[in-house]
Amino acid sequence: MTDSAARESATAIAAGVRTGARKAVDVVEQNLAAIADRESEIHAFNLVMADEARADAVRVDALVAAGQDPGPLAGVTVALKDNMCTRGIPTTCSSKILEGWRPPYDATVVRALRDAGAIFVGKTNLDEFAMGSSTENSAFGPTRNPHDTSRVPGGSSGGSAASVAAGFSQVSFGSDTGGSIRQPAALCGVVGVKPTYGYVSRYGLIAFSSSLDQIGPFTNSVEDAALMLDVIGGHDPMDSTSIPQAHPSLRDAMQQDVAGLRIGRITDLPEGADPDVVERVEVAFDTLRAAGAKIVDVQVPAFTFGLTAYYLIAPAEASSNLARYDGVRYGLRVEASDTNAMYGATRAAGFGEEVKRRIMLGTYALSAGYYDAYYGKALKVRRLISDDFERAYQHADALVLPTSPSVAFKFGDKGDNPLAMYLCDTYTIPSNLSGQPGMSVPFGTGAHGLPVGVQVLAGTLQESNMFRVAAALERGLS
Amino acid sequence: MSEYDGLPGDWELVVGLEVHVELATATKLFSASPNRFGDEPNTNIDPVTLGLPGALPVLNERAVELAMRIGAALNCTIQPCTFHRKNYFYPDMPKAYQISQYDQPLNVDGYLDLPNGVRVGIERAHMEEDAGKSTHVGGSGGRVHGATYSLIDLNRAGVPLVEIVSRPDIRSADDARAYVNELRGILVAIGASDAKMEEGSMRVDANVSVRKPGTPLGTRCEIKNVNSVRSVGRAIEYEARRQIDLIEGGDVVRQQTRHWDEGDGRTHTLRNKEDADDYRYFLEPDLVPLAPSPEWIAKVKASLPMLPAARRARLAEASGQAANSEAVTIVVERGQDDYVLAVAAAGGDCARALVYVKEAFADSPNVAAADVAALTQMEVSGAITATQAKTVLAELVANGGGDPAAIAAKHGFEAIDTSEIERFVDQALAEDPDAWQKFCGGDGKAMGALVGLVMKASKGKADGKAVTASLQQRRNAIR
Amino acid sequence: MPESVRITPEVAAKVAHLARLDIAPDELVRMTAQLDGMLEHFADMDALDLSSVEPMTQAFPLVNVLRPDVVQPGLDRDEVLAAAPAAEDGRFRVPPIVGSEL
Repeated sequence: MTDSAARESATAIAAGVRTGARKAVDVVEQNLAAIADRESEIHAFNLVMADEARADAVRVDALVAAGQDPGPLAGVTVALKDNMCTRGIPTTCSSKILEGWRPPYDATVVRALRDAGAIFVGKTNLDEFAMGSSTENSAFGPTRNPHDTSRVPGGSSGGSAASVAAGFSQVSFGSDTGGSIRQPAALCGVVGVKPTYGYVSRYGLIAFSSSLDQIGPFTNSVEDAALMLDVIGGHDPMDSTSIPQAHPSLRDAMQQDVAGLRIGRITDLPEGADPDVVERVEVAFDTLRAAGAKIVDVQVPAFTFGLTAYYLIAPAEASSNLARYDGVRYGLRVEASDTNAMYGATRAAGFGEEVKRRIMLGTYALSAGYYDAYYGKALKVRRLISDDFERAYQHADALVLPTSPSVAFKFGDKGDNPLAMYLCDTYTIPSNLSGQPGMSVPFGTGAHGLPVGVQVLAGTLQESNMFRVAAALERGLS
Repeated sequence: MSEYDGLPGDWELVVGLEVHVELATATKLFSASPNRFGDEPNTNIDPVTLGLPGALPVLNERAVELAMRIGAALNCTIQPCTFHRKNYFYPDMPKAYQISQYDQPLNVDGYLDLPNGVRVGIERAHMEEDAGKSTHVGGSGGRVHGATYSLIDLNRAGVPLVEIVSRPDIRSADDARAYVNELRGILVAIGASDAKMEEGSMRVDANVSVRKPGTPLGTRCEIKNVNSVRSVGRAIEYEARRQIDLIEGGDVVRQQTRHWDEGDGRTHTLRNKEDADDYRYFLEPDLVPLAPSPEWIAKVKASLPMLPAARRARLAEASGQAANSEAVTIVVERGQDDYVLAVAAAGGDCARALVYVKEAFADSPNVAAADVAALTQMEVSGAITATQAKTVLAELVANGGGDPAAIAAKHGFEAIDTSEIERFVDQALAEDPDAWQKFCGGDGKAMGALVGLVMKASKGKADGKAVTASLQQRRNAIR
Repeated sequence: MPESVRITPEVAAKVAHLARLDIAPDELVRMTAQLDGMLEHFADMDALDLSSVEPMTQAFPLVNVLRPDVVQPGLDRDEVLAAAPAAEDGRFRVPPIVGSEL
């Protein structure tokens, strides 16, 4: 389905470009060719930055020719979810309210990637303001799954997942608030990582839910993902919630095998996963056992309440985060006779249905008379979930479970019932609430020959364990 | 002395004040844009100030330190605290929420003692960010009402504020004014703010209610837009009378926010309580809690300068004047008390020095303390008169110093001795026997006429005090 | 506290105003039904005893994150105002203001 040459290892490309064995301009042309070939069908991008990518590639090659090191991501092509601010380059969140807006500054992640020699090929499509699980909520049309274009790529970072799966870029970046990296990674058959909350700076990431959002990579391999986090991880003084410490190299950590690691199986996991998915998870346990890991049973009783807590906390924060789109300083304005009328009309015209629904839900959950019954309670449930995970990690070094309850579903499959769509996030949400890392590793195929992702979770800042397990799964598959 | 009329009957005024002060930091509360008054519109802006998508706040350490200084100076408990979002739409509030402290403020439970001894409780002094500035175009007098459009300048947006909330312990317009003055003096003394009401770096809202003594608190109204120390008292008194008129007319006071109009001297309804927004406060997820260490708090407390009340007490003791006397209050307010004490230390008379400094120096004195000390000695010893001393002082000020004895000599100043004064008094009584009769009959004004005659005859060299004493002595002798 | 506090179209209308979203009456009815469905699902947490549970507001507990009080270069006014829907005289222009200031 995909030009396999375009789905190369970013680690290998960077190594080749840094030594001059490969040219960044060739790498970029290869990706641009794939884009020319399939982008009209996939719609991974809100913006393809072909000219900028070519110019950047020339610059990278020139540095190498001059004997300088362009950095650890030299010549690696990168697609950015269109909710990360790029100076002078349109950043829309796939929303009409930000259509045409060009940020006057770069996100910290964008700067780190550029400084490492990465080459940006485009801004990828998403569910508007990252609210969704299928990319159908984009104001600019859905992204299609490269494995089967009648199916969704997942979401909200569907464009980023599709970009890597289709060979449009070697890696891409997304944001994960309730599974928005891991679920589309699973549905598109690529690696997707959500690190510990605070591992990667959120400065310049357009907020959906500030206490849950975290940036992470989509890659073709576990090693590439480790490389990406080694580049973008670390403290940023511009983000007060950024963890003020250096992180150990995950590329080093993942070299260690899983012999002796305790892998937890959550025995009270909410039901609802399709049999093909469940089967692949069982194979994953077998693979890890064969690699020397010990499988242990753990309980996370509050796991099942994650959905409720999440769909109160995230919309509550979002209702406040999205209040700034008022037509005063940037973005869309619908003129009206007074400010209140302008706000109402601007926001009605600028936001799509799902965004409005979540703003309504979040505003309601925070408003006088309902705060305690909804938002306040949800914060307590969040604590329960976090405590449950803490206990589970006393018995296990990592947990293994499905990423998504099903393989990629067809467009429109979830009908008009928002809850049906929300259930896609059942298995990913709890680790956002606890702030702990999680990643999805492609692990064979399920129904219709579509990719299945297996999810690996670990305790706070235990990315090393998570990557060891992910690498073992990847090895087990090949 | 009160400038205000007070309330009729046995009505009691109950006032609590909410004072917003802009902190004297270099940058904003949550971003590195300059905190500077008077710049071109929208020049002190950055992603955080503009509320751009993706921008994140980071707390200014100096702002925290200044807020702690305020807490310490107001005898507050400085405690671990958090920041909340107060959600509401207004075009000068870029994120559509204000980051403020809500149920866990930095400073709580303090007090401020007024010069007259009244203690006003401080409920809290919390940190928050300021809003931008709206200019209303096309309406009358720049008011929002009737404007055809408005223009927004965000230079002030994000400027660090501390809101100091008093308890409803204030019982008169004079005390309200004294509270604002005293608070202002403290803020300036500790370097927390320049506290200029005219520039808006100090803004006062008053919660006003009235009641009969001993009865529960009445319904209060919040008065906004009180833009000068003087109008604090005026606005409060107007509002109290309005409430009394309502109640005495059989009506009730509605809980409202009201706008003080300096022009017509009235308060006007801004909004009723039931129209109040639902602010949907919740913990600001982009910030982390603030918990100043005991060491930091101790350091801040130790670094506080002497506060106005202590300075007044010190000066009062040295000069023998009352701590709440006008001279002591003014000199401390102007920060001239150290100078007065320096004059005393240089051998001067402290009481005279206090008067000289209050009268002759608008701001920091430009004359060596020793020169002023010598002058006070000349006057106290009777070598020259008070009037002559005033002339010498004026010349010292004009020249930035000098030898007071030489200046007095140049003017031919010397106090004439007692026998000569008695001679001049004899002359005066002879010249105007009418005045003498009246004076003996108890007419104080008549004494002025007699003193004037003596002064004229002595060419101003007679000491007024000695003349007065002589006249009184003669009258007492007759009686 | 009722077991489940659910939403009516009147409450939804109030919420829409708080959020400054103009929502047509028929759309509001449909949205109210959807929100009600969600709130019904969220009632699952009423089964939990949360009385002694502390709310969790931070995913990673940090405290005292502070920035030195040093000016950094900001944004260019002309660039910013050029991106604004309406500007005049170095400022953002808006229609007449309703609502209340701080």
